[in-house]
Amino acid sequence: MANGTIAVSEKSFYEEGTTKKSTGIWSWLFSTDHKRIGLMYLIAITIFFFTAAWIGVFMRLELMEPGKTIMEAQTYNTLFTLHGVIMIFLFIIPGIPAVFGNFFLPLQLGAKDVAFPRLNLLSFWIYLVGAVLVLVSLFVKGGPIDTGWTFYIPYSVRTGTNVSLAIFAAFVLGFSSILTGLNFVTTVHRMRAPGMSYFKMPLFVWSTYATAWIQILATPVIGITILLVILERYFGVGIFDPALGGDPILFQHMFWIYSHPAVYIMILPAMGVVSEIIPTFARRTIFGYKAIAMSSLAIAFIGSLVWAHHMFTSGMSQTAVIIFSFLTFFVALPSAIKVFNWVATMYKGSIDPKPPFLWVMSFIFLFTIGGLTGLVLGALVTDIHLHDTYFVVAHFHYVMFGGTGTIFFAGLYYWFPKMTGKMYNMKLASFNAALFFVAFNTLYFPKFILGYMGMPRRYYDYLPEF
Amino acid sequence: MKDNEAAHKEEEHNIGYSTYLLVWISLVAFTSVTVTVAGINLGDYTLFIAMLIAAVKSSLVINIFMHVKFEDPIFKVFLTISGFTLLVIFILTFFDYFYR
Repeated sequence: MANGTIAVSEKSFYEEGTTKKSTGIWSWLFSTDHKRIGLMYLIAITIFFFTAAWIGVFMRLELMEPGKTIMEAQTYNTLFTLHGVIMIFLFIIPGIPAVFGNFFLPLQLGAKDVAFPRLNLLSFWIYLVGAVLVLVSLFVKGGPIDTGWTFYIPYSVRTGTNVSLAIFAAFVLGFSSILTGLNFVTTVHRMRAPGMSYFKMPLFVWSTYATAWIQILATPVIGITILLVILERYFGVGIFDPALGGDPILFQHMFWIYSHPAVYIMILPAMGVVSEIIPTFARRTIFGYKAIAMSSLAIAFIGSLVWAHHMFTSGMSQTAVIIFSFLTFFVALPSAIKVFNWVATMYKGSIDPKPPFLWVMSFIFLFTIGGLTGLVLGALVTDIHLHDTYFVVAHFHYVMFGGTGTIFFAGLYYWFPKMTGKMYNMKLASFNAALFFVAFNTLYFPKFILGYMGMPRRYYDYLPEF
Repeated sequence: MKDNEAAHKEEEHNIGYSTYLLVWISLVAFTSVTVTVAGINLGDYTLFIAMLIAAVKSSLVINIFMHVKFEDPIFKVFLTISGFTLLVIFILTFFDYFYR
């Protein structure tokens, strides 16, 4: 017993939850400590983020001038697919839950670790295997996937590029996501410290908890869909392929039944981080704690029922189109509840505009634009005009990058001292937040205008009128 | 105390092999019913009947094979909510298929 106590006290902050003391690289790669796993995710996710960002830069360079600039059309198709696949499956879905969730959820609950530490490590390794499969798919026979990250049928069945392996990678990554979700739900239910009732849990935990449910319930749907596409490609089973009597719109339904809730997997944890940062820097208790906590669950539930607003022009029935357009507007309610409560928290607060707070201010501005343009797209009449234009690209980047991406950086600045024991340069960090805000709007705002004027997305070149 | 109760519960609900066998036979039987019904033209009811059989089969698996029948109420609450969400998703999808 005495030995055990000494062994624990010798351990670093990063391996409090582990049973033995280990050293070197193995103490990281095979650590079951939630903090180490969170940090390993951070490193991996940062690498993928910059990879996909560079792909984005190359796409902009291609469109610097009309005609061919630096690449062929096929390369461009591949790049926008990879940009989407990497950003979505390797950066933004695991981003906040896997990094900050792993690191802080147990700490905020007063638990030693997550409920299943070894499963947590397995989830990280599955994530890496998925990433490697994406990489391998680029170099094996057939060449890199060129379907766009939505893998729409019938093109994804007909194209000769390496669709099967790339989407199998997404299938594998789904397991990583499910295991993380499973771990968080169990941790919240079983590992809370004595006295930590549900309505005493920090709001970041609430949002991660709501997210975890979507991860568990929605991710298997994309898994089934992916397997069916692979079956369709190899055996021509005729489920989705119209040439074989299948229904391509069924694919879109199944894809979006996961992928729309997936945008809430991306944004909900970010909203949780915002609910942590605002009270800290407004130096006031959060306003409307219960409303914010419950709105996370409401977003998770209502967000699962609006998927077909991505499909207004797909040819599905007009009845469904009207119903889904109607339902879409309901998601705005719990989102607005959060924004109003954040603003109310700042009211009469003693605001200290430190870098994390600046990022959050940036988030509220960008996410509000992203959210409201989402209503423009959710409305039937305007969507018909704007569908598949740059307006959608702008909306998506305002919500996802302006929303989740911004808060990922806010969370990094907010928790960096806790994670590393070091403080950054405040002036540089504030400058970073300001530069990001200006650069972001310069890059993405014109896309709203271009889209409104009718410029189609995913085009390698400009149409004559542009 | 709680742990003891849980251990006691687990012992009490040891399902016999005969029950497992019966459930398995029912599942195989339901599968053959599904295949047979698929060959009969029942119009709009085809899908409804196939879904009904699938629901009965999954409830057998969930309750007996996955032991949910003997678990705490909280598990049943979660499963009911998840099942309800799935039902709503099906209904919403059918607004496309039946009105196309």
